[in-house]
Formats: sequence, C-alpha cells, structure tokens
Amino acid sequence: MTARDRLFANLGRALAMAPGRVSPAEAAARLDRRTPNLIPDRAQGSGEELVERFVQWAERVQATTARVATLADVPAAAADFLNRHNLPQRLRLAPHPLIEGLDWSSRPLIEVASGRAEAHDLSSLALAFAGIAETGTLMLHSGPQTPTTLNFLPDNHIVLLPARAIAGSYEAAWARLRAAFGDDWPRTVNLVTGPSRTADIEQELILGAHGPRRLHIIIVDDDARQEG
Amino acid sequence: MQSTAFDFENNAHKALDDAELRQAMARVATNFTGGRAAAAARLPEFEALRDRAVEIKNHTIANLDHYLALFERNVEKRGGKVHWCATPREARETILSLCRQVGARTVTKGKSMIAEEIALNPFLAENGVEPIETDLGEYIIQLADEPPSHIIGPAVHKTKRQVADLFHEHHRKYGKEKILTEGGDMVAEAREILRQKFLDADVGITGANFLVAETGSTIIVTNEGNGDLTQTLPQMHIVISAIDKVVPNLEDVSTILRVLARSATGQEMSVYTTFSTGPRRDGDLDGPGQFHVVLLDNGRSGLLGTEKQDLLRCIRCGACMNHCPVYHAVGGHAYGWVYPGPIGAAIDPVFLGLEEARHLPQASTFCGKCEQVCPMRIPLPKIMRHWREESFERRVTPVVPRTLMEAWAFVARHPRLYGLGARLAARILKALGRDGKIVSLPLGSGWTDGRDFPAPEGRTFQEMWSARRGARS
Ligand code: SF4
Repeated sequence: MTARDRLFANLGRALAMAPGRVSPAEAAARLDRRTPNLIPDRAQGSGEELVERFVQWAERVQATTARVATLADVPAAAADFLNRHNLPQRLRLAPHPLIEGLDWSSRPLIEVASGRAEAHDLSSLALAFAGIAETGTLMLHSGPQTPTTLNFLPDNHIVLLPARAIAGSYEAAWARLRAAFGDDWPRTVNLVTGPSRTADIEQELILGAHGPRRLHIIIVDDDARQEG
Repeated sequence: MQSTAFDFENNAHKALDDAELRQAMARVATNFTGGRAAAAARLPEFEALRDRAVEIKNHTIANLDHYLALFERNVEKRGGKVHWCATPREARETILSLCRQVGARTVTKGKSMIAEEIALNPFLAENGVEPIETDLGEYIIQLADEPPSHIIGPAVHKTKRQVADLFHEHHRKYGKEKILTEGGDMVAEAREILRQKFLDADVGITGANFLVAETGSTIIVTNEGNGDLTQTLPQMHIVISAIDKVVPNLEDVSTILRVLARSATGQEMSVYTTFSTGPRRDGDLDGPGQFHVVLLDNGRSGLLGTEKQDLLRCIRCGACMNHCPVYHAVGGHAYGWVYPGPIGAAIDPVFLGLEEARHLPQASTFCGKCEQVCPMRIPLPKIMRHWREESFERRVTPVVPRTLMEAWAFVARHPRLYGLGARLAARILKALGRDGKIVSLPLGSGWTDGRDFPAPEGRTFQEMWSARRGARS
C-alpha cells in the first residue's frame, strides 16, 4: 500500500460519519455554483466609483498611479515616471500587442525591448488583467505575451491597467479570468498589492525587499487601439 | 529542528533574563496587536468574514478526502505531480530525490513552516544540496544558525545591531566590509547578494498557504517577492505543504484571504498572493519546467474526529502569538520547537508527542485572548486543557504536581476539610507577609523569584461571609 492509499483509507474511515459530510455530487455542485461567500460593501459598486476606490487603496500601500485618456498617452506617462525618479530611459516591455503597438516613436529617448525580464533590466512595463478595487490589488497572469519575470526582477514595475478592467472584488476578477481562460488556466496568477516590502528588521517598513522598489500603475480610460 | 520543548521551564527562565529579547517582544506586543485592531475596524464585515471562513474550513475538513483527490487530479491535469508523504522522513527524501533528478547544487527557498517541521535544510545540506533561505527574516536566522521565533516574522527576536553584526561577518566574502547601521542599507545588501542566488539556483522550494482543489493551484502569500523569484527562475518548483491547506475553490480562498493579512500584520492584503498551477506552458517565456507538490500528513489526519480537530482550520497567521502574554514574556525560542505561542502549545504535542511537549499546554494564563483574535475561531485554550487532562490521565505529568493535584481534588470534594485548610493557609500566609506582600515562599520560589505574592488578610472569604451574615441577622 502506498502512502497515498493509506492516507485516503484513514481519511475515509475517520470522516465516514463526520458532521457536515456531503456526497461527492453535492460537493461538486457546491464547487460549480461558485457562489461568493460574502462580498464586503467596499467591493461593491461600478464604473468611476471603483476606479477611484482602486486608486485610493493602491496609494495607501505606496503604489503610485497616473490616469490617462487613451493608449496614445501611455508612452509619455511612462517617460514621466522614469524622469521623476531619475531613471535611465529604458524599458522592458511585455510582448503583448497592446503594449508593443504603442507609439514609442513619440518618445524617441526611450529605448524599448520586449520579452521576459533579464537580471539587468531596471524597469518594466507590464499589462494587468484586472484591478481589484477593494484593496487596490492588481491581477496579472503568465503567458507568452505576459511573462511573470516582468513583475519581479526589475526595480521599477510599471503596469498598464485599462479602467474597465477594474473590478470590485477578488471574486469578480476571478469570474473574468475564468471566462477568459476556461480550462486553459495560466501557470501563474499574481495578485499584487503595492511594491515589495519587508518589516523583518525591528519591524521597520522598508520598500524593495526582493521584488520591485516602486510600483507605478497607469490607468487608461479608453483602451481601444487606434488602427493605422 | 531538534526539539527542546521538554526544557520549556529552563528555556523560559533564560528568555526572561534576555534584555534584547524584552525589547523585541515589546515591539511585537504593540505593533502587531495595533495593526490587527485597526485593520479589523476598517472592515465592517470582518467578524462575519471570520464566521464564513470557519464554515468553509469546517466543510473542507469534513470532506477532506474529496477535496484532496480533486486537488491532485487538477495538479496532474496541468502537468504537475503530487507526492503524498506520511512522515517528515518521507517528505525529506522525496524532496532530495527530486533535487537529484535535476542535479541540483543550490536550492533557493521561500519561507515555509512545513520545511521547518520536516527539518529540511540540514538534511539537504548533509546530502550535498545547499539550501538558501531568501525571505529576509529566514535569511537572517539561517546566518545566525537559529530556528525561527515567530511563524510569520522568523527574526522578530533580532535587533538591528545583531543583524548588522551577522551581515558584517557573513557578507565579507562578497566584498562587503562596512558595518551597516540603517535597516534600508541592510535590506539593500541582502537583496544584492540574494539576487545572484536566485539566478543561479537549480530548484526553488516554497511552502503554500493554501491549495485550491478547483484549479490545482498552490498559493503563497508574501510581502517581499522572494517566493516569486524562488519559484519563477529555476527549472523546477517544489511546493512543500500539508493536507490541511486545501480549500474548495477561488471564492473560498478569497474569503479566507480577507481575514489572513488583517489578522497577521494588519495589512489589508499582503503584497504578493501568487497562484501557481502546473509547470510553464508551451510558449511561456519564463517559469519552471517542472512542478511538484509534496503533501505531508505527519499526524494531521489523526486529529479528525477528535476534540482537537479544530486545529486543522489554522491558517498560520500568527495572531494568537502576537496577542499572547506568555509569548510576549518568553519569546518564540522558549517553546523549543517549530510552532511557538498558543498554536504551538496546542499543536506541537501532535508532532512531538505529549511526553516531549507536555510543558507547552501549560504555557498559558487562559486569558482567552488567542481564541478571541484567531480568525478561524480555534478554541485554543480548550485544546490546551484537553492536553493537560490527557497528560494527567496518561501519567505524563510528573509525580509532585500529580500528587498535589490529586490531594487538591480530594480536598475540594470535602467542604469541611477545605474550610479548615483554607483557614489555616490564610493565617500562615498572613504571618509570612511583610506589608501585605510575600517576597519568598517556601516551595513556591518559582512564583516569588520573579514577583511578590500578595499576602492574604488572615481570614477566608467563607469566614467573612458568615461573619457578615451573622451581623445582619
Ligand atoms: S491558531 Fe488561529 S490565530 Fe493562531 S496562527 Fe492559527 S489561525 Fe492564526
């Protein structure tokens, strides 16, 4: 008998009469219902209300935000951020059409390369799948166009977030991810709430422990791509 | 780790004399408790969320076999593998053989209490695989060659000076000669040194705060981002976790996440909550090529159906120790094993045996604060009381306290004898006192060494009561 068989035999015996025991069919039905348990008030609402709440909570955890009208404004917003912090005008871009398709020639000083992040990359521009207003949290996932290293290796993590991708609750964001991926679930889903930090030395809060020292979120009101 | 739980009394005595530990524990007592209270107050639904979290875990535990099997199916559907291990030894050997499969020389590690539980680091090191802790607190105590003293802040007992000295001693080989004074500089130095280790590692080992049955995902909750570099860069990701971490679906874990960080550090949400599902997919530009989940039982399944089953709800948030007067007084190391504080007092006997850990369930004032703040509403004092009873019944309790307890039980059942004893004791103790205080008590030095014992007035409550009744009628 393997360790697995022994464990399941023990569990079966111990749980046979357990209060709260349900049939496999009932358990499966509970799973399929995917009913949220309790959504706090703070996660309710829609539209502008959620965008504002997202910004408020994200800034409370030391993220910075910028709000722009269209995708065409993103390169300038990214350049502003780099300038403000005296950073080299170099960006590692997510190899996603929405980001690669931005008009980088409008900012000739910025040197861009796309792909996964390398050890020497100082700043990245990633694409969030969703924002979650209740805690100012970003949802990002891995994939050929959205490598996970962009979220952790560079010192400066810039994230493009379409305003309409801001949901109220974690549950609402999960529902959108399920709708987008079905059974083809991505390897990694990152919920990111502020830049990296530690309090391991005398409980003093210090930003930039291992992940990014700065998290800058560019919220784009209209993310329609202009063709031509 | 090697347990010293049997020596709790000595450990605690030493801790009480440690001035630096006193300072560190005072910080725990104010920062964490204040943080939790503020976070709970900011979310009106906090108490209701705790109730829902308890329901979710109770449902999961009652159907644990179902959800574990579903978890396994979904991990495998996405190309990962689950390894079931009954004992720490099996888990250690499974992990070593996985490391050997890829010829690993170095392994980076995210913080994992289960890795501590199975004493993974010394085992890997003995077998030629170098484990490198990457959570800053774990890194500090690895340099100091000490066990963690807190389940979410492993180095809470260390002062900045001590960290500076450790870095000075161990970072010289990287050309870092300066003695640092600022926390920010220490973090930057560790970041720089560990960055290369992340890039060089062959295997990344993390723990898991939760396992999601619906998707086959393992979840880590961190603030530093070390766990993410640990699992994203090497060719193999090994998750070491235990069977009590599973929850049914993403809705359920979302509910529990709302109480986890708020209870632990007072954050609204930890910085990085990462869901890992299988190895990298075709076309992915990064991520590990292999994904293994090592699931440990180590006696947990034996708690099902017992009065201690509620322990399986624990989400290891640390709130119970953050609020515990005994933990504040003696720190985490005094408990002598992996899990300190009230949760340790209640669960360490499961892993160590009651003989070894019998002092720990006594390390409580029964103030009840731990149960009050526990997000999963685990009745920790009640469970400690069960251990005490068991320890008495199984004659694990030593002869002197046993005999005294038996004598006490006899007297308490005989009211006249009790009255006589109490009258005698009250008069003797009054005679021993000076200015209403007793500074040294024969046979009671354990009490009076550390503080004065209040001397009684000389009469018992019953005597005064009957005197009053007499005066009235
Ligand atoms: S017993 Fe409760 S308070 Fe203590 S670590 Fe576990 S969940 Fe947190």
